[in-house]
Amino acid sequence: MSEGLYSMEAKDFDKTLDLTKIKPYGDTMNDGKVQLSFTLPVPCGAEAVEAAKQLLKLMGLENPSVVFYKELTDGFTFVNCYGSCTHTVNYSSIYVPKVESKTMSMPDTDQFIREHFGRKIVVVGASTGTDAHTVGIDAIMNMKGYAGHYGLERYDMIDAYNLGSQVPNEEFIARCVELNADAMLISQTVTQKDVHIKNLTNFIELMEAEGLRDKMICCCGGARITHELAQELGFDAGFGMNTYADDVASFIVQEMDKRGMK
Amino acid sequence: MKSKLGLDFQKVEYARSLAKGIAEDVQAFVEQYTTVAVERTLCRLMGIDGVDANDVPLPNVVVETLKEKGVLSEGALFYLANAMIDTGLCPQEIAEKLSRGEIDITKVVTRDQKRIAETLQPVIDNSIERIRARRQRREHYLETLGEGPKPYLYIIVATGNIYEDVVQAQAGARQGADIIAVIRTTGQSLLDYVPYGATTEGFGGTFATQENFRIMRKALDEVGEEQGRYIRLCNYCSGLCMPEIAIMGAFEGLDVMLNDALYGILFRDINMQRTLVDQYMSRIINGFAGVIINTGEDNYLTTADAVEAAHTVLASDLINEQLAYMAGLPAEQMGLGHAFEMDPMLKDGFLLELAQAQMAREIFPNAPLKYMPPTKFMTGNIFRGHIQDALFNMIGIWTHQGIQLLGMPTEAIHTPFMSDRYLSIENAKYIFNNMHSIGEEMEFKEGGICRRRAAEVLDKTIALLEELTKEGLFTALEKGIFGDVKRPKTGGKGLQGVTMKGENYLNPFVELMKGKR
Repeated sequence: MSEGLYSMEAKDFDKTLDLTKIKPYGDTMNDGKVQLSFTLPVPCGAEAVEAAKQLLKLMGLENPSVVFYKELTDGFTFVNCYGSCTHTVNYSSIYVPKVESKTMSMPDTDQFIREHFGRKIVVVGASTGTDAHTVGIDAIMNMKGYAGHYGLERYDMIDAYNLGSQVPNEEFIARCVELNADAMLISQTVTQKDVHIKNLTNFIELMEAEGLRDKMICCCGGARITHELAQELGFDAGFGMNTYADDVASFIVQEMDKRGMK
Repeated sequence: MKSKLGLDFQKVEYARSLAKGIAEDVQAFVEQYTTVAVERTLCRLMGIDGVDANDVPLPNVVVETLKEKGVLSEGALFYLANAMIDTGLCPQEIAEKLSRGEIDITKVVTRDQKRIAETLQPVIDNSIERIRARRQRREHYLETLGEGPKPYLYIIVATGNIYEDVVQAQAGARQGADIIAVIRTTGQSLLDYVPYGATTEGFGGTFATQENFRIMRKALDEVGEEQGRYIRLCNYCSGLCMPEIAIMGAFEGLDVMLNDALYGILFRDINMQRTLVDQYMSRIINGFAGVIINTGEDNYLTTADAVEAAHTVLASDLINEQLAYMAGLPAEQMGLGHAFEMDPMLKDGFLLELAQAQMAREIFPNAPLKYMPPTKFMTGNIFRGHIQDALFNMIGIWTHQGIQLLGMPTEAIHTPFMSDRYLSIENAKYIFNNMHSIGEEMEFKEGGICRRRAAEVLDKTIALLEELTKEGLFTALEKGIFGDVKRPKTGGKGLQGVTMKGENYLNPFVELMKGKR
């Protein structure tokens, strides 16, 4: 085996872990090693490799190396690269506002409902306002679910009603009352000109005007929604990227329990 | 044929006869009805296309008018023919006038059957010829350019922008893909109309429109000629516009269509009566146009357990096969679906998957089976995912699947990047070549795991089909037998678009296209 296969880089950096200055770990503390792959919209060749290296440097990766490259189609080059990250972050000062519930599996949530409420709970969802997109609410509610997380329709102990898209807030609230909803889910996909904020605010105002705000759990979700934003707007929880039906269901049942809802 | 798995083919034939009975039951129902989608399809076959001032497609304008006037049961052709005689205008002109409120086609003089038939004939001939020419064009390409070996490599593009899709599709074809599927935008299956024109915005996919079909067909012909290999185009003939998408595909030279009512019922909550009626017409069209249909049984295993529910897949494949035969579709155009969806942590799971794939191959020897990659247990760990896809590819080549839907390492993360497709195609080509003859070399041990698994699934399939024979398919769907999903016969979307055929109803295309070339 050629010795060239091994990294001969000097390892003259501080190898103690400091949580105020963490960086990626390859095989030595603070080596900063990162692997990444991407495609550049240029023809394959030395220029493409050089372009990739320069990009890596701009990303804060030193000693960039392109270990593999291949033209995918005319004018597109795929690269696999390594580099050492020069940046650090202060891990000890990180605070992430989160939904304060423990995410349970579908059977555990069903069991929790059986034990705590002894009846099926009713969850009604929609994409309200002018938003025509059902992708978010479908991901949470549809039987098939999303990314391997089953939707609420699949839960034995949840009666899930997905009202679809472009449901006016007034109508949504009326349907929730009719269905005796325990929890309401509003999905917002379109966020241009903060239309989602206006719509969500309008919803909470209507709920308060009707005196319903404390009677049901109100959640909103969408790729641009964070828990922090949701709480600011008066919701009980917000579900953003990388949250799924099990997160939503777990929050609902635990929050219902906390409030003593029966 | 001798079964490598020691399958009892008498049992297979018995299962098939049960499925036939179940399908006949459905068929008897289906033939009495028409739907708004079927009637819009007939409008399109009459050459009606385009949109009105409010962007409503003209076929919708015509059919909505009939529905509002309560005469949908007589069918679009009856009124269009009478209006053609009365006004001397062609169907397109009539539809345009109708959209401007300048004509009431339900108030024209009605003529006798013979006169109606004579009036429609030239328009019908024209449409039939148009579809036939498209089919012949494909056949010519297959003769002159040829095609990739089976399993065909099937990849998806889903940028939302048809022009960006073209770039992705051509790149995929150059890397070795044989079939390009343009994923539809989220929710299109629930639209009761087909949008018009080229589109550049979609969510998780691109609108299926006739213009988008045309743009992609042209792009694939270009790259096919360059690569010396015909590249097939796939779209989704499902949802509320099933037969309309079929006719658009037939006009524009699509080659493969997802076309499965059961999928729409279970996973899109489309009313079962509506979509089974729609499916019949769409499969007649797909059969005539030489389009390979794909069925969606693989999806059952995303909601139900893949080990426990394997027999529901086979039972549904058998029913779907019979329903397809009844619409005149030959076995060579039946891409019946199944999948590699077991939990990767299962001991000997590979052997169970292998047994089932071989079983499907032997039970449907002439069908270009559609084999779906792992999705349910793809986690975002792209590295393990790539290995799961490799195992799936091994079974694909081993058991001679027809259409290999390539799994992507980034499944469950995003719609594929150009590089994801490259890695997946590389994975499949490597394995298909390196393990090319494994199916001919290896035998399944007598009394071993694979043979036992195949026999068990077949027995359970027969038991299920016997149950379905007693209850009928509609009741089975209400009970949640497939995919653990329950759907009421009168629930779901689109029921209001179904109507019983009336006295004057006519649809000569059924006879002209069913089982014909």
